[in-house]
Amino acid sequence: MGQTQGAAGNETAALRNVSSNPHIRDSITTQKIMCYVILSLLPTTIYGVYHFGIQALLIVLCTVASAVLFEYLYEKLMHLPITIKDGSAALTGLLLALNLPPRFPIWAAVLGSAFSIIVVKMLFGGLGQNFMNPALGGRCFLLISFAGLMTNFSYDSFTGATYLARLKAGEMVNSYDMVIGNEMGTIGEGSVIWIVLGACILILLGVIDLRIPGSYIVSFVIFWVLFGGHGFDPYYITAQLSGGGLMLGAFFMATDYVTSPITTKGKIIYGIILGVLTGVFRVFASGAEGVSYAIIISNLLVPLIERWAPLKCFGYVKSEK
Amino acid sequence: MQENSPAERIYNGIIKENPTLVIVLGMCPTLAVTTSAMNGIGMGLSTTVVLTLSNLFISLFRNIIPDKIRIPAFIVIIASFVTIVDMLMEGFTPALYAQLGIYIPLIVVNCIIFGRAEAYASKANPVSALFDGIGMGLGFTISITIIGFIRELIGAGSIFGTPIGNLSDFMPSIFVMAPGAFMVLATIITIRAYIINRIEEKNGTRLEVVHTDEDGAGCAGCAFKDNCAGKSTKIETAAAAPAVSAAKAAAAPVNNAAANTEASAGSKAATHTEASAGSKAAAPADASSDNKATGKEGDK
Repeated sequence: MGQTQGAAGNETAALRNVSSNPHIRDSITTQKIMCYVILSLLPTTIYGVYHFGIQALLIVLCTVASAVLFEYLYEKLMHLPITIKDGSAALTGLLLALNLPPRFPIWAAVLGSAFSIIVVKMLFGGLGQNFMNPALGGRCFLLISFAGLMTNFSYDSFTGATYLARLKAGEMVNSYDMVIGNEMGTIGEGSVIWIVLGACILILLGVIDLRIPGSYIVSFVIFWVLFGGHGFDPYYITAQLSGGGLMLGAFFMATDYVTSPITTKGKIIYGIILGVLTGVFRVFASGAEGVSYAIIISNLLVPLIERWAPLKCFGYVKSEK
Repeated sequence: MQENSPAERIYNGIIKENPTLVIVLGMCPTLAVTTSAMNGIGMGLSTTVVLTLSNLFISLFRNIIPDKIRIPAFIVIIASFVTIVDMLMEGFTPALYAQLGIYIPLIVVNCIIFGRAEAYASKANPVSALFDGIGMGLGFTISITIIGFIRELIGAGSIFGTPIGNLSDFMPSIFVMAPGAFMVLATIITIRAYIINRIEEKNGTRLEVVHTDEDGAGCAGCAFKDNCAGKSTKIETAAAAPAVSAAKAAAAPVNNAAANTEASAGSKAATHTEASAGSKAAAPADASSDNKATGKEGDK
């Protein structure tokens, strides 16, 4: 019956602002949150464009524009309310662009954003219904489809394997370069400093919860110390944390509201699963990087995590039996 | 078309009850071997041969096979034909045989063949069973060839094994891998259902989906109300308890299933439950306001 009342109340709710709980309202909206996230990603994006050149800017612009366009077209064709103004499509496009190599062809980037928006997001019902992070869904689609293009990070004078891959092969790399971002990689994963700066803004604004990235990073470090083969060595830990997409993933993609648990306990479990999976992929898998797969696999586990760690309702007492 | 005539059986197998796209049977070969159009044809035709012959022989032996051990008996018949096909393919089409690999022996446990043996061949006369096998086999062949063709074209950029320029550099190869099989299959099922529904709407043979409504919640409480073309019907539970179960039974098969089974029976599905179907009352927005009143209004 509760369901019935909720739906039946739609009209009256619009007129008299009557609704079911929760009753406390906040001025924050989806649009504002998306705006904050996009703004906090700007330092990383600007650094990426500065570091990788104009081609990177072109990729970012095309991916963002095409993501918004695909959402608009899909909703237009399906006669749905147009939701491009909430900024989620632009954010998906931006995150996807930050996950692409700096010399990635534009047509493939547009294809990736089409997959992100249409298949991962809109076919499952749009914002709030997607079962995995759309940007990462698009990235993995591209990674599987165009493995050669997606792993070719060479630009200007930099060629060969990424620092993370070299590290895996047993070479020593300059971990200072990895921290400041003077290395090869995707457009967004370059500089840890700028990512952490953006993340700090989000944490201070209360947009993201430190529990997910915190438990992610801590559990990854513990996993690395135990199984990484180098024990507790600050050099390797720094290199592993700042190489690849771990920081970007931990702060900006694992914390996506739709695809992460809402309960406190659930968030920590989710973070631990992320950390362990990333560790497994980086240590035992053939590739050097595993953040995106770790995040989308954990996204799929979220319903199970929430069932296992439910919200404790106010006033709820465990039955005596 | 006359029921159980050869032409009706073939039409039924290819269009009406297409084993892949409507009954959704035989998913293992459908998803696994359709990486190219040639694989689809090879798999489809070998399955057709086995299906046709096993249907024929199961139908011939249907009065001899004891009911309790019919499944083992079916397996013996099917496995014999699969062995023959397997050996013939190994001898005459070694390349295709190598491509299809384990999926040829696995035809033994193909659900389409079992399904037709159990549901049709063991009850029908040999001629109908033979043509049912041909129809279902062709339906399967056509479906998986289309899936294979699309996957090959957009995944590998070639048609029937012939590469088109350097198109393969621009094609997402995920489509020749496992996820692509699911995506292409789902898309084709959707398109087929859309087309058939449109045709049925045009001919007036499509039945409206009538949902039963026991607790009086109307469409308002339904999770699918936004995407539903059907109508909600208020059932007077206290007045007519049997009507509820009848309505449930009638409303259970949706869309095509309902159209296929009920239409051929010549009865309009669930007419007795359409208490408020005539009035606008069942539209989701209105229904939410007051269901009881509208339900009674419809009765008048």
